Amino acid sequence: MQDVYVTPFIGSRIGRNRQYVFSILSVSFVSAICYLLSPYIGAEVVAFVLLLTLSLIAMFFDILPVLLTAFLSALIWDYFFLLPRFNLRVGNTEDEILLSMYFVIALVNAVLTFKIRQIEKIARQKAEKAKTLKLYNTLLNSLSHEFRTPIAAIIGATDNLLEQPSRLSVGDSRKLLTEISVASLRLNRQVENLLNMSRLESGFIQPKKDWHDIREMALSLLHQLEEPLAQKRAQVAIRDNFPLARLDYGLMEQVLYNLLYNAALYTPAGSWICISAEYFDQTLVIVVEDDGPGFPEKEIGKVFDKFYRLKDSPIGGSGLGLSIVKGFVEAHNGTIVLTNRSSGGARFVISLPACRSSQTETVAGEKFNYQLSVS
Amino acid sequence: MNAVIPAEILVIDDETSIRKILEITLQSNGYTILQAATAREGLQMTAAHSPDLIILDLGLPDESGHTTLKKMREWFSKPVIILSVFNSEEDIVMALDNGANDYLIKPFRTGELLARIRSVLRSTTQEDNDPVIHLNGLEIDLSTRTVKKEGELLKLTATQYALLALFGKNAGKVLTHQYLLREIWGSDHVDQLQYLRVFIAQLRKKIEKDVNYPEHIITESGVGYRFLAGSN
Repeated sequence: MQDVYVTPFIGSRIGRNRQYVFSILSVSFVSAICYLLSPYIGAEVVAFVLLLTLSLIAMFFDILPVLLTAFLSALIWDYFFLLPRFNLRVGNTEDEILLSMYFVIALVNAVLTFKIRQIEKIARQKAEKAKTLKLYNTLLNSLSHEFRTPIAAIIGATDNLLEQPSRLSVGDSRKLLTEISVASLRLNRQVENLLNMSRLESGFIQPKKDWHDIREMALSLLHQLEEPLAQKRAQVAIRDNFPLARLDYGLMEQVLYNLLYNAALYTPAGSWICISAEYFDQTLVIVVEDDGPGFPEKEIGKVFDKFYRLKDSPIGGSGLGLSIVKGFVEAHNGTIVLTNRSSGGARFVISLPACRSSQTETVAGEKFNYQLSVS
Repeated sequence: MNAVIPAEILVIDDETSIRKILEITLQSNGYTILQAATAREGLQMTAAHSPDLIILDLGLPDESGHTTLKKMREWFSKPVIILSVFNSEEDIVMALDNGANDYLIKPFRTGELLARIRSVLRSTTQEDNDPVIHLNGLEIDLSTRTVKKEGELLKLTATQYALLALFGKNAGKVLTHQYLLREIWGSDHVDQLQYLRVFIAQLRKKIEKDVNYPEHIITESGVGYRFLAGSN
């Protein structure tokens, strides 16, 4: 997670040794200037200037460099500025009081600033913890909803079918069976997503690449998704003799499945959903697009984040689908970009490097118009 | 079969699958059903139809069901049963405190839901003037402040009686710890859970056959107690 709290203290970012060096240098530098000006300013003014320097250092650095600065500046002040000069001895009682006061003020200054910073640090940690906890709860709620709802549907339907079959009409029984089937598929998809996510998290995902027919994959996906796509105009715009591509069939199928399924779920009835593919030099570009409502521009940057769900998302979901898509594409060393089409709707563009079959077709030098983007 | 009290039930749930299954379950058991997919729609239908019972989901798309329940309770007094995937004690206690009559966690058993529906419908329709409550072999006479177990008079302290009478009047309903403490000991003692535990233990000794397997006062862990309203 990104740290959203901009820390005003540089101390934690600068090494301890550098802090010592910087403290000594700045005190010496300020003292040198004061020394040059000493014909014009008195020792009391120098004391204030040195205290100011110390306060500034205390705002940014750790306690030890600050204490060192306090000591050093007291010594410098006594040695170079307080009469008799170039001597650590103090001339009279008044100066003795001044020197001890200087020292006490310097110490109090250092310690107080340090304490305030510690308190702020604790407050910051608490706020961060609360934020993590809130995120965790949201996530747990969404996951438990995604799992318990279909389970509730299955248990509710089977209870009815088993315990009071005589009360149910044929139509009702059929409806209940359909609900069981729909819920099981939904549950299966969630389990699949979670398993894929943990595969990605483990970092051991190794694409098993082989030569596959993208067009065939796309057509088989439309068949698998027949039911959710029933009310849409789904289309495969990949030419017949499209060259084979070298990729992991299972992973890429999951990528396209999630994209098509999302499009089916989040576009209104009658929407156009299209999957197309083309080669540009050695890059395979697969595009999944629709003419639905598209994504809110503000949220486009976040949709691939794990567990991220669009604000006001009308339908349940775990927020895993698109992060798996991104993970699997990246496992192929590819990239995926989401944009809104100028004419409305979402467009996912997947680019996979150097995975083209050389023997199937020769398109040397040929530049394709990226007609997909014109639609 | 238990006699069904005819009732019109409004289901407020954004999940189509849950609504469909509830529709079939309720209709095949003789209830009429109304459906709403959002809190807004649900509130409108509550106002327009004044259903006899509402089954409310907490995770609605337009607002939290807790808020919907609070709004509803400003003018709607008939029973509300919460049906939700949220199973934390905080959610359950909050919903009950906001005026829910019962709370059922998804996934739920159909039989359990139907029993809870019957129970809340019975307790709201039977507001008769009989001062004697009959429950599972117990006879609580509110006029003489006496309790009989299978015809035999029970010796109860004033607090034990007050607690049992409160359970009797709310049979079948979950009563939260805070509610019981406030009603019996006053609002200064809502944190004194140990009082309640002691008195529940004493009551169980007097009315339960086996205190380890209570049949009357059931513990709803972390939430409160339910006095079972099983048939006689």
